[in-house]
Amino acid sequence: MYLLTVATLVLIYVILALSLNLITGVAGQVSLGHAAFFGVGAYTLGYLMKTLGVPFAIALPFCLVTAGLLGLVLGGVSLRLREDFLAIATIGVNFVVAGFFLYMPYFGGPFGITGIVRPLPPEWYFGLVLLVTVGVVVLHERIRRSDLGLALLALKESEDAAAALAVDVRRFKITAFTIGCALAGLAGGLYASYISVITPNDFSFPLSVTILAMVSVGGMGTLWGPVLGALVLGAFAQAFAFVAYYQLFLYGLLLALVMRYRPQGLLGRRA
Amino acid sequence: MTILEASGLEKRFGGLRAVAGMSLHVEQGEILGLFGPNGAGKTTVFNLVAGSLRPDAGSVVFRGRDITRLSVHQRARRGLARTFQIVKPLRELSVLENVLVPLARNQLAGVLPLGSVRGKQRVGRATELLERVGLADRRDASAGSLTLGLQKRLEVARALALDPVLLLLDEPLAGLTRREAQDLLGVVSGLGGQVGVVLVEHNVRLAMSVVTRAMVMDAGELIAAGEPDAVRRDPAVIKAYLGTDEDDAGESS
Repeated sequence: MYLLTVATLVLIYVILALSLNLITGVAGQVSLGHAAFFGVGAYTLGYLMKTLGVPFAIALPFCLVTAGLLGLVLGGVSLRLREDFLAIATIGVNFVVAGFFLYMPYFGGPFGITGIVRPLPPEWYFGLVLLVTVGVVVLHERIRRSDLGLALLALKESEDAAAALAVDVRRFKITAFTIGCALAGLAGGLYASYISVITPNDFSFPLSVTILAMVSVGGMGTLWGPVLGALVLGAFAQAFAFVAYYQLFLYGLLLALVMRYRPQGLLGRRA
Repeated sequence: MTILEASGLEKRFGGLRAVAGMSLHVEQGEILGLFGPNGAGKTTVFNLVAGSLRPDAGSVVFRGRDITRLSVHQRARRGLARTFQIVKPLRELSVLENVLVPLARNQLAGVLPLGSVRGKQRVGRATELLERVGLADRRDASAGSLTLGLQKRLEVARALALDPVLLLLDEPLAGLTRREAQDLLGVVSGLGGQVGVVLVEHNVRLAMSVVTRAMVMDAGELIAAGEPDAVRRDPAVIKAYLGTDEDDAGESS
């Protein structure tokens, strides 16, 4: 039972890491606010199921839509920014969204939304999450090997060169950001209904750092890198749950060590 | 046939008038050399035509259409290709993939371009272009591993993948050995016929051997234009450039 919980949560991390990898690893846009979109998905599901009584099967696709739309709007505004400013802007997005959950009257304030129903028994739910994960892996690979993926890899290296080669840089960046955010929203929906209780704190800035750590420790831009990162850091989180306060410390230490000794990540290709 | 008609181009950077009322046209199949001493404004003109800068005044008409307000990628799609003075190879991609980028569907028209990038036809076309610049045997190497000379050739192959009508070359010889420079010029002069070429170049002596028409700028303005030999002997040119600073006109190695 406990193992099943860990396995389900780790798979959700895998989806999250892959979704951020499309934005940061493939398209090269550093986002330090990914937890916000995860949260938007979770709150969308919680609100729809709990407050409006919408069934799970209908609520879940909405998580994709709300997080994706928010990504589209924020991406359109912020992707003009240079790399370092984009990182800071996305941190801001994370704080604003977490604050929105906390202070808007519909979302239960600091106590969040409780008693969200899980539609399936844990074993079946794990199967569902596994299925979605496989779907995300397939989509991730499809994108990487497509015209879209090549254009993203090109603009990651040089926006000027990509534009000179007829790549519509701005739109492609926004597209990657939107897809990544939508998938994070999907992960959020799966998470909310599994865990049944969500609070604003679950989607705050440290989680964004954790997701980025998963991607970078594993190896940005690859498929297995973010998967490995999510497995290692996700399992780590459970193994060290008794020292919850030290978790971020350990993540930070691991991230610093990897960046120092293997900057391309454990499975990354050396440039 | 005139493929490019730029008229009355003006560009200011703060108090500096980098380009002051410059007009130029390019005919199909010609190789136009744009020369001038440092700070003459030739790179600014280049960027105004390529679209990475917008003029304060004037217009750029390409194949009969006003493209003054179009962005770089829109111009590229219409057949206006460029290379960079400081090469911008997509280092982590292979040589082949570099050439596949312009051959891929790079516009979003409702549907996401999720087809596989390595279609047989595209790979064939890319390989053909690499053969043309003598890079076919390096197609699986990463672009970052090539020497500067080969990276410049890769940029030419990439630009040609756009099926350009006009090819803009920004100081293609800078940093090359004499041998590499001559190889590259051989590729450029082989393009004659279909493609119009604008060559902005510091190394006047070498470049003059391939250009069919020359223009010389100084202080943001055109000071001479015409046959390469006549331009070279033009007193205004000698005064502004060749005569006063012979080293600039010599070759770099």
